[in-house]
Amino acid sequence: MRTARVIPCLDVDAGRVVKGVNFIGLRDAGDPVELAARYDAEGADELIFLDITASSDGRETVVDMVRRTAEQVFIPFTIGGGIRTVDDARRMLRAGADKVSVNTAAVDRPELIGEIAAEFGNQCVVVAIDARARRDDSGALTEGWEVFIHGGRTSTGLDVIEWARRAVSLGAGEILLTSMDRDGTRDGFDTALTAAVSDAVTVPVIASGGVGSLQHLVEGITIGRADAVLAASIFHFGEHTVHEAKAHMTAAGVVVRP
Amino acid sequence: MTPAEPPLVAILDYGIGNLRSAQKALEHAGADARLTSDPGLIADANAVVLPGVGSFGACMDALRATGLDTIATDAAMAAAVGGRPFLGICVGMQMLFEGSAESPDHLGLGVLPGRLALLPDTEKRPQMQWNRLAIDRPSQLFSTVEDPVWVYFVHSYAADAAGAHVVATCDYGGPVAAAIEHGQLWATQFHPEKSGGTGLQLLQAFVLAAQHGD
Repeated sequence: MRTARVIPCLDVDAGRVVKGVNFIGLRDAGDPVELAARYDAEGADELIFLDITASSDGRETVVDMVRRTAEQVFIPFTIGGGIRTVDDARRMLRAGADKVSVNTAAVDRPELIGEIAAEFGNQCVVVAIDARARRDDSGALTEGWEVFIHGGRTSTGLDVIEWARRAVSLGAGEILLTSMDRDGTRDGFDTALTAAVSDAVTVPVIASGGVGSLQHLVEGITIGRADAVLAASIFHFGEHTVHEAKAHMTAAGVVVRP
Repeated sequence: MTPAEPPLVAILDYGIGNLRSAQKALEHAGADARLTSDPGLIADANAVVLPGVGSFGACMDALRATGLDTIATDAAMAAAVGGRPFLGICVGMQMLFEGSAESPDHLGLGVLPGRLALLPDTEKRPQMQWNRLAIDRPSQLFSTVEDPVWVYFVHSYAADAAGAHVVATCDYGGPVAAAIEHGQLWATQFHPEKSGGTGLQLLQAFVLAAQHGD
Protein backbone atom coordinates (compact mmCIF):
# COMPACT_ATOMS: atom_id res chain seq x y z
CA MET A 1 0.00 0.00 0.00
CA ARG A 2 1.39 3.35 -0.98
CA THR A 3 0.47 6.07 1.47
CA ALA A 4 0.94 9.72 0.65
CA ARG A 5 2.96 11.90 3.00
CA VAL A 6 2.10 15.46 3.95
CA ILE A 7 5.21 17.52 4.69
CA PRO A 8 5.18 21.08 6.04
CA CYS A 9 8.27 23.06 5.07
CA LEU A 10 9.84 25.63 7.38
CA ASP A 11 12.32 28.30 6.31
CA VAL A 12 15.02 28.81 8.90
CA ASP A 13 17.48 31.67 9.26
CA ALA A 14 20.21 31.36 11.90
CA GLY A 15 18.18 28.75 13.75
CA ARG A 16 14.91 30.74 13.71
CA VAL A 17 11.84 30.11 11.58
CA VAL A 18 11.15 33.01 9.24
CA LYS A 19 8.42 33.96 6.78
CA GLY A 20 5.60 34.64 9.17
CA VAL A 21 4.37 31.47 10.69
CA ASN A 22 1.12 32.44 12.31
CA PHE A 23 -0.21 29.93 14.78
CA ILE A 24 -2.48 30.80 17.61
CA GLY A 25 -1.14 29.86 21.01
CA LEU A 26 2.53 29.50 20.20
CA ARG A 27 4.79 30.94 22.82
CA ASP A 28 7.46 31.63 20.25
CA ALA A 29 6.46 31.52 16.59
CA GLY A 30 10.12 31.61 15.55
CA ASP A 31 11.15 28.56 17.51
CA PRO A 32 11.62 25.66 15.10
CA VAL A 33 11.38 23.09 17.85
CA GLU A 34 8.04 24.34 19.10
CA LEU A 35 6.69 24.53 15.55
CA ALA A 36 7.96 21.09 14.70
CA ALA A 37 6.27 19.65 17.78
CA ARG A 38 3.06 21.41 16.80
CA TYR A 39 3.13 19.93 13.30
CA ASP A 40 3.94 16.52 14.73
CA ALA A 41 0.87 16.78 16.99
CA GLU A 42 -1.24 17.78 13.98
CA GLY A 43 -0.27 14.65 12.12
CA ALA A 44 2.52 15.85 9.82
CA ASP A 45 4.32 12.83 8.37
CA GLU A 46 7.70 14.49 8.05
CA LEU A 47 9.18 17.98 8.23
CA ILE A 48 11.60 19.80 6.00
CA PHE A 49 13.71 22.67 7.29
CA LEU A 50 15.10 24.86 4.56
CA ASP A 51 18.09 26.71 5.94
CA ILE A 52 18.49 30.13 4.31
CA THR A 53 21.21 31.32 6.69
CA ALA A 54 23.68 33.44 4.77
CA SER A 55 26.42 34.01 7.34
CA SER A 56 28.85 31.25 8.21
CA ASP A 57 28.66 31.85 11.97
CA GLY A 58 24.90 31.40 11.72
CA ARG A 59 25.60 27.82 10.61
CA GLU A 60 26.40 26.60 14.11
CA THR A 61 22.98 27.72 15.27
CA VAL A 62 21.45 25.47 12.62
CA VAL A 63 23.31 22.45 13.94
CA ASP A 64 22.09 23.37 17.41
CA MET A 65 18.53 23.68 16.10
CA VAL A 66 18.77 20.22 14.53
CA ARG A 67 20.04 18.84 17.82
CA ARG A 68 17.21 20.36 19.83
CA THR A 69 14.61 19.25 17.31
CA ALA A 70 15.89 15.67 17.42
CA GLU A 71 15.57 15.69 21.19
CA GLN A 72 11.88 16.46 21.14
CA VAL A 73 10.36 15.55 17.79
CA PHE A 74 10.03 11.90 16.88
CA ILE A 75 9.04 12.07 13.25
CA PRO A 76 11.53 12.19 10.39
CA PHE A 77 12.97 15.51 9.35
CA THR A 78 15.16 16.73 6.53
CA ILE A 79 17.48 19.69 6.49
CA GLY A 80 18.29 21.43 3.24
CA GLY A 81 20.12 24.58 2.22
CA GLY A 82 23.82 25.19 2.50
CA ILE A 83 24.88 21.53 2.43
CA ARG A 84 27.92 21.66 0.16
CA THR A 85 30.18 18.89 1.41
CA VAL A 86 30.04 15.45 2.99
CA ASP A 87 31.26 17.16 6.14
CA ASP A 88 28.21 19.48 6.15
CA ALA A 89 25.94 16.47 5.69
CA ARG A 90 27.69 14.52 8.42
CA ARG A 91 27.25 17.34 10.94
CA MET A 92 23.51 17.54 10.28
CA LEU A 93 22.96 13.77 10.35
CA ARG A 94 25.05 13.32 13.49
CA ALA A 95 23.10 16.11 15.16
CA GLY A 96 19.91 14.16 14.54
CA ALA A 97 18.56 14.99 11.08
CA ASP A 98 17.28 11.97 9.18
CA LYS A 99 18.00 13.26 5.71
CA VAL A 100 19.86 16.09 4.05
CA SER A 101 18.76 17.75 0.87
CA VAL A 102 21.26 18.97 -1.70
CA ASN A 103 20.54 21.23 -4.63
CA THR A 104 23.08 23.68 -6.10
CA ALA A 105 26.07 21.81 -4.68
CA ALA A 106 24.90 18.58 -6.33
CA VAL A 107 24.60 20.27 -9.74
CA ASP A 108 28.04 21.84 -9.31
CA ARG A 109 29.59 18.55 -8.26
CA PRO A 110 27.28 15.55 -8.80
CA GLU A 111 29.72 13.17 -7.06
CA LEU A 112 28.57 14.75 -3.79
CA ILE A 113 25.37 12.68 -4.02
CA GLY A 114 27.29 9.42 -4.14
CA GLU A 115 29.72 10.50 -1.45
CA ILE A 116 26.96 11.18 1.06
CA ALA A 117 25.08 8.04 0.02
CA ALA A 118 28.18 5.89 0.43
CA GLU A 119 28.69 7.04 4.00
CA PHE A 120 25.09 7.27 5.22
CA GLY A 121 22.96 5.37 2.71
CA ASN A 122 20.79 6.52 -0.19
CA GLN A 123 17.81 7.00 2.10
CA CYS A 124 19.49 10.06 3.68
CA VAL A 125 20.09 11.87 0.41
CA VAL A 126 17.32 14.02 -0.98
CA VAL A 127 18.15 15.79 -4.23
CA ALA A 128 16.16 19.01 -4.49
CA ILE A 129 15.46 20.18 -8.02
CA ASP A 130 14.14 23.64 -8.87
CA ALA A 131 12.42 23.32 -12.25
CA ARG A 132 11.18 25.88 -14.73
CA ALA A 133 9.25 25.21 -17.92
CA ARG A 134 11.36 25.83 -21.00
CA ARG A 135 10.45 28.78 -23.22
CA ASP A 136 11.71 29.83 -26.61
CA ASP A 137 13.13 33.28 -27.41
CA SER A 138 9.67 34.73 -27.82
CA GLY A 139 8.71 33.52 -24.34
CA ALA A 140 6.35 30.81 -25.54
CA LEU A 141 6.39 27.47 -23.68
CA THR A 142 8.33 24.70 -25.38
CA GLU A 143 8.91 21.09 -24.52
CA GLY A 144 10.31 20.12 -21.11
CA TRP A 145 11.69 21.74 -17.98
CA GLU A 146 15.07 23.15 -17.08
CA VAL A 147 17.00 22.88 -13.79
CA PHE A 148 17.71 26.14 -11.98
CA ILE A 149 20.13 26.63 -9.07
CA HIS A 150 21.06 29.31 -6.55
CA GLY A 151 17.51 29.53 -5.28
CA GLY A 152 16.09 29.58 -8.81
CA ARG A 153 18.20 32.49 -10.04
CA THR A 154 20.68 30.67 -12.25
CA SER A 155 19.81 28.53 -15.25
CA THR A 156 21.89 25.41 -15.85
CA GLY A 157 20.70 24.19 -19.23
CA LEU A 158 20.11 20.78 -17.63
CA ASP A 159 16.93 18.91 -18.45
CA VAL A 160 14.95 18.15 -15.28
CA ILE A 161 14.06 14.57 -16.23
CA GLU A 162 17.63 13.73 -17.18
CA TRP A 163 19.03 15.31 -14.04
CA ALA A 164 16.52 13.49 -11.84
CA ARG A 165 17.46 10.16 -13.43
CA ARG A 166 21.14 10.91 -13.06
CA ALA A 167 20.73 11.97 -9.42
CA VAL A 168 19.02 8.66 -8.65
CA SER A 169 21.69 6.67 -10.46
CA LEU A 170 24.30 8.49 -8.35
CA GLY A 171 22.56 7.57 -5.10
CA ALA A 172 19.66 9.93 -4.42
CA GLY A 173 17.00 8.25 -2.28
CA GLU A 174 14.31 10.81 -2.93
CA ILE A 175 13.62 13.80 -5.19
CA LEU A 176 12.21 17.06 -3.86
CA LEU A 177 10.77 18.69 -6.96
CA THR A 178 9.83 22.37 -6.88
CA SER A 179 8.13 24.13 -9.76
CA MET A 180 9.58 27.65 -9.88
CA ASP A 181 6.74 28.62 -12.20
CA ARG A 182 4.18 27.74 -9.56
CA ASP A 183 6.06 28.57 -6.37
CA GLY A 184 4.21 31.30 -4.52
CA THR A 185 1.32 31.44 -7.02
CA ARG A 186 -1.19 29.31 -5.08
CA ASP A 187 -2.31 27.92 -8.44
CA GLY A 188 -1.51 24.33 -7.52
CA PHE A 189 1.40 22.01 -8.36
CA ASP A 190 2.74 21.72 -11.89
CA THR A 191 1.24 18.23 -12.15
CA ALA A 192 2.61 17.59 -15.66
CA LEU A 193 6.14 18.21 -14.38
CA THR A 194 5.53 16.14 -11.25
CA ALA A 195 4.10 13.18 -13.16
CA ALA A 196 6.93 13.29 -15.71
CA VAL A 197 9.59 13.11 -12.98
CA SER A 198 7.70 10.59 -10.84
CA ASP A 199 7.35 8.25 -13.84
CA ALA A 200 11.02 8.70 -14.76
CA VAL A 201 12.57 7.64 -11.45
CA THR A 202 12.29 4.64 -9.13
CA VAL A 203 12.55 6.62 -5.90
CA PRO A 204 9.85 8.66 -4.12
CA VAL A 205 9.11 12.18 -5.38
CA ILE A 206 7.97 15.08 -3.18
CA ALA A 207 5.87 17.64 -5.07
CA SER A 208 6.46 21.26 -4.13
CA GLY A 209 5.48 24.74 -5.25
CA GLY A 210 2.08 26.31 -5.75
CA VAL A 211 -0.23 24.84 -3.13
CA GLY A 212 -3.15 27.17 -2.46
CA SER A 213 -5.89 24.74 -1.46
CA LEU A 214 -6.37 21.30 0.00
CA GLN A 215 -7.56 20.02 -3.37
CA HIS A 216 -4.11 20.88 -4.76
CA LEU A 217 -2.61 18.38 -2.33
CA VAL A 218 -4.93 15.69 -3.72
CA GLU A 219 -4.00 16.60 -7.31
CA GLY A 220 -0.28 16.36 -6.53
CA ILE A 221 -0.81 12.71 -5.64
CA THR A 222 -3.54 11.65 -8.08
CA ILE A 223 -2.53 13.62 -11.19
CA GLY A 224 1.11 14.36 -10.36
CA ARG A 225 1.64 10.80 -9.09
CA ALA A 226 3.88 12.18 -6.34
CA ASP A 227 4.60 10.16 -3.21
CA ALA A 228 4.51 13.16 -0.91
CA VAL A 229 3.28 16.74 -0.98
CA LEU A 230 5.07 19.70 0.54
CA ALA A 231 3.34 22.89 1.56
CA ALA A 232 4.26 25.93 3.56
CA SER A 233 1.92 28.90 3.55
CA ILE A 234 -1.43 27.07 3.77
CA PHE A 235 -0.26 25.54 7.02
CA HIS A 236 1.83 28.35 8.45
CA PHE A 237 -0.81 31.04 8.22
CA GLY A 238 -3.38 28.94 10.00
CA GLU A 239 -5.62 28.54 6.93
CA HIS A 240 -5.62 24.78 7.32
CA THR A 241 -4.26 22.28 9.77
CA VAL A 242 -2.47 19.14 8.64
CA HIS A 243 -5.42 17.24 10.11
CA GLU A 244 -7.79 19.06 7.76
CA ALA A 245 -5.51 18.37 4.83
CA LYS A 246 -5.48 14.67 5.61
CA ALA A 247 -9.23 14.50 6.13
CA HIS A 248 -9.69 16.14 2.72
CA MET A 249 -7.24 13.77 1.06
CA THR A 250 -8.87 10.75 2.66
CA ALA A 251 -12.30 11.86 1.48
CA ALA A 252 -10.84 12.17 -2.04
CA GLY A 253 -9.60 8.58 -1.89
CA VAL A 254 -5.92 9.24 -1.19
CA VAL A 255 -4.51 6.92 1.46
CA VAL A 256 -2.75 8.82 4.25
CA ARG A 257 -1.88 8.09 7.85
CA PRO A 258 -4.83 9.52 9.79
CA MET B 1 5.18 2.36 37.67
CA THR B 2 8.31 4.46 37.20
CA PRO B 3 11.19 3.00 39.16
CA ALA B 4 13.81 5.07 40.89
CA GLU B 5 16.40 3.77 38.47
CA PRO B 6 15.62 3.69 34.78
CA PRO B 7 16.96 0.57 33.08
CA LEU B 8 20.28 0.88 31.31
CA VAL B 9 19.85 0.37 27.58
CA ALA B 10 23.04 0.03 25.53
CA ILE B 11 22.68 1.30 21.98
CA LEU B 12 25.51 -0.25 20.01
CA ASP B 13 27.50 2.59 18.45
CA TYR B 14 29.53 1.34 15.52
CA GLY B 15 29.79 4.67 13.73
CA ILE B 16 26.74 4.36 11.52
CA GLY B 17 24.13 7.02 10.86
CA ASN B 18 21.89 8.99 13.13
CA LEU B 19 21.86 7.22 16.50
CA ARG B 20 20.83 10.32 18.40
CA SER B 21 17.16 9.91 17.55
CA ALA B 22 17.12 6.36 18.92
CA GLN B 23 18.84 7.51 22.10
CA LYS B 24 16.49 10.44 22.66
CA ALA B 25 13.39 8.38 21.94
CA LEU B 26 14.49 5.65 24.37
CA GLU B 27 15.13 8.32 26.99
CA HIS B 28 11.59 9.59 26.44
CA ALA B 29 10.40 6.03 26.85
CA GLY B 30 12.03 5.91 30.30
CA ALA B 31 15.44 4.37 29.67
CA ASP B 32 18.92 5.41 30.65
CA ALA B 33 19.98 5.07 27.02
CA ARG B 34 23.69 5.17 26.18
CA LEU B 35 25.43 5.15 22.82
CA THR B 36 28.35 2.86 23.41
CA SER B 37 30.91 0.49 21.96
CA ASP B 38 32.33 -0.40 25.39
CA PRO B 39 31.99 -4.15 26.03
CA GLY B 40 31.91 -3.61 29.79
CA LEU B 41 29.03 -1.17 29.64
CA ILE B 42 27.18 -3.39 27.17
CA ALA B 43 27.64 -6.35 29.52
CA ASP B 44 26.17 -4.32 32.39
CA ALA B 45 23.15 -3.10 30.43
CA ASN B 46 19.61 -4.31 31.09
CA ALA B 47 18.90 -4.37 27.38
CA VAL B 48 20.71 -3.97 24.07
CA VAL B 49 19.66 -2.08 20.94
CA LEU B 50 21.24 -2.68 17.53
CA PRO B 51 20.38 0.21 15.20
CA GLY B 52 21.35 0.49 11.56
CA VAL B 53 20.80 2.60 8.46
CA GLY B 54 22.35 2.55 5.01
CA SER B 55 23.37 -0.56 3.17
CA PHE B 56 23.53 -4.05 4.69
CA GLY B 57 27.15 -4.52 3.67
CA ALA B 58 28.31 -1.16 5.00
CA CYS B 59 26.61 -1.84 8.35
CA MET B 60 28.09 -5.34 8.61
CA ASP B 61 31.57 -4.00 7.77
CA ALA B 62 31.28 -1.27 10.39
CA LEU B 63 29.94 -3.69 13.01
CA ARG B 64 32.80 -6.13 12.37
CA ALA B 65 35.40 -3.33 12.35
CA THR B 66 34.39 -2.34 15.89
CA GLY B 67 34.34 -5.95 17.07
CA LEU B 68 30.74 -5.54 18.15
CA ASP B 69 29.50 -8.29 15.80
CA THR B 70 30.18 -11.15 18.25
CA ILE B 71 28.78 -9.12 21.16
CA ALA B 72 25.62 -8.41 19.16
CA THR B 73 25.30 -12.05 18.09
CA ASP B 74 25.72 -13.36 21.62
CA ALA B 75 23.26 -10.81 23.04
CA ALA B 76 20.66 -11.55 20.37
CA MET B 77 20.97 -15.33 20.81
CA ALA B 78 20.66 -15.00 24.58
CA ALA B 79 17.59 -12.80 24.13
CA ALA B 80 15.98 -15.37 21.86
CA VAL B 81 16.08 -17.92 24.69
CA GLY B 82 14.70 -15.48 27.24
CA GLY B 83 17.79 -13.51 28.27
CA ARG B 84 17.91 -9.73 28.52
CA PRO B 85 15.86 -7.94 25.87
CA PHE B 86 17.42 -7.10 22.52
CA LEU B 87 15.96 -4.81 19.87
CA GLY B 88 17.18 -4.58 16.28
CA ILE B 89 15.98 -1.56 14.30
CA CYS B 90 15.86 -1.35 10.48
CA VAL B 91 19.23 -2.61 9.18
CA GLY B 92 19.79 -3.64 12.82
CA MET B 93 16.94 -6.11 12.26
CA GLN B 94 18.21 -7.12 8.84
CA MET B 95 21.70 -7.96 10.13
CA LEU B 96 20.19 -10.61 12.44
CA PHE B 97 19.50 -12.72 9.34
CA GLU B 98 21.96 -14.83 7.34
CA GLY B 99 22.39 -12.34 4.52
CA SER B 100 20.79 -9.93 2.09
CA ALA B 101 20.40 -9.62 -1.66
CA GLU B 102 21.64 -6.05 -1.20
CA SER B 103 25.17 -7.23 -0.32
CA PRO B 104 25.47 -10.85 -1.50
CA ASP B 105 29.13 -11.10 -0.50
CA HIS B 106 28.44 -10.18 3.13
CA LEU B 107 27.35 -12.62 5.80
CA GLY B 108 24.80 -11.47 8.36
CA LEU B 109 24.91 -12.41 12.04
CA GLY B 110 22.82 -15.51 11.34
CA VAL B 111 20.76 -15.35 14.52
CA LEU B 112 17.58 -15.68 12.46
CA PRO B 113 17.19 -17.96 9.43
CA GLY B 114 16.80 -16.61 5.92
CA ARG B 115 17.96 -13.79 3.67
CA LEU B 116 16.55 -10.38 2.83
CA ALA B 117 15.05 -9.85 -0.62
CA LEU B 118 14.50 -6.70 -2.67
CA LEU B 119 11.02 -5.15 -2.40
CA PRO B 120 8.86 -5.75 -5.51
CA ASP B 121 9.63 -3.92 -8.77
CA THR B 122 6.06 -2.68 -8.87
CA GLU B 123 6.74 -0.27 -5.99
CA LYS B 124 8.94 2.77 -5.43
CA ARG B 125 12.12 1.89 -3.57
CA PRO B 126 12.94 2.66 -0.86
CA GLN B 127 9.58 2.25 0.83
CA MET B 128 9.87 5.65 2.49
CA GLN B 129 6.54 6.26 4.15
CA TRP B 130 4.22 5.55 7.03
CA ASN B 131 2.38 2.27 6.65
CA ARG B 132 -0.33 0.51 8.59
CA LEU B 133 0.62 -2.73 10.30
CA ALA B 134 -1.26 -5.98 10.28
CA ILE B 135 -0.64 -7.49 13.71
CA ASP B 136 -0.47 -11.18 12.93
CA ARG B 137 0.35 -12.67 16.31
CA PRO B 138 0.18 -11.59 19.94
CA SER B 139 3.44 -10.04 21.16
CA GLN B 140 4.87 -7.97 23.98
CA LEU B 141 5.96 -5.33 21.48
CA PHE B 142 2.42 -4.51 20.35
CA SER B 143 0.67 -5.33 23.62
CA THR B 144 0.12 -1.67 24.56
CA VAL B 145 -0.96 -0.14 21.22
CA GLU B 146 -4.34 -0.30 19.58
CA ASP B 147 -5.19 -0.87 15.95
CA PRO B 148 -4.66 0.94 13.61
CA VAL B 149 -0.91 1.03 14.15
CA TRP B 150 0.93 3.35 11.73
CA VAL B 151 4.73 3.41 11.70
CA TYR B 152 7.49 4.88 9.56
CA PHE B 153 9.50 2.72 7.16
CA VAL B 154 12.65 3.44 5.16
CA HIS B 155 14.00 0.34 3.41
CA SER B 156 14.43 -1.38 0.06
CA TYR B 157 15.00 -4.95 1.29
CA ALA B 158 12.86 -7.06 3.58
CA ALA B 159 12.77 -10.38 5.40
CA ASP B 160 10.32 -13.14 4.48
CA ALA B 161 6.89 -12.08 5.74
CA ALA B 162 5.97 -15.74 6.22
CA GLY B 163 9.11 -16.43 8.25
CA ALA B 164 9.17 -17.75 11.79
CA HIS B 165 8.62 -15.23 14.59
CA VAL B 166 7.13 -12.49 12.38
CA VAL B 167 4.52 -10.77 14.56
CA ALA B 168 3.50 -7.93 12.24
CA THR B 169 3.53 -7.23 8.53
CA CYS B 170 2.69 -4.33 6.25
CA ASP B 171 1.51 -4.35 2.66
CA TYR B 172 3.92 -2.93 0.08
CA GLY B 173 3.41 -4.69 -3.21
CA GLY B 174 2.73 -7.78 -1.07
CA PRO B 175 3.23 -8.62 2.58
CA VAL B 176 6.45 -7.29 4.14
CA ALA B 177 7.93 -8.47 7.46
CA ALA B 178 7.57 -5.46 9.76
CA ALA B 179 8.39 -6.85 13.20
CA ILE B 180 9.80 -9.96 14.80
CA GLU B 181 9.56 -11.22 18.34
CA HIS B 182 11.30 -14.41 19.45
CA GLY B 183 11.59 -14.76 23.20
CA GLN B 184 13.12 -11.46 24.27
CA LEU B 185 14.61 -10.87 20.81
CA TRP B 186 12.63 -8.05 19.19
CA ALA B 187 13.23 -6.47 15.84
CA THR B 188 11.48 -3.89 13.71
CA GLN B 189 11.96 -3.11 10.03
CA PHE B 190 10.32 0.25 10.70
CA HIS B 191 11.77 3.03 12.85
CA PRO B 192 9.99 3.23 16.22
CA GLU B 193 12.14 6.24 17.10
CA LYS B 194 10.65 8.06 14.10
CA SER B 195 7.07 6.86 14.43
CA GLY B 196 5.75 9.63 16.65
CA GLY B 197 3.67 8.77 19.72
CA THR B 198 3.03 5.22 18.52
CA GLY B 199 6.74 4.60 18.22
CA LEU B 200 7.38 5.91 21.72
CA GLN B 201 4.73 3.54 23.07
CA LEU B 202 6.45 0.60 21.38
CA LEU B 203 9.79 1.65 22.86
CA GLN B 204 8.13 1.94 26.27
CA ALA B 205 7.10 -1.70 25.99
CA PHE B 206 10.75 -2.56 25.32
CA VAL B 207 11.99 -0.44 28.23
CA LEU B 208 9.44 -2.13 30.47
CA ALA B 209 10.76 -5.54 29.42
CA ALA B 210 14.28 -4.26 30.16
CA GLN B 211 13.14 -3.24 33.61
CA HIS B 212 11.70 -6.63 34.42
CA GLY B 213 14.97 -8.12 33.27
CA ASP B 214 13.44 -11.40 32.27
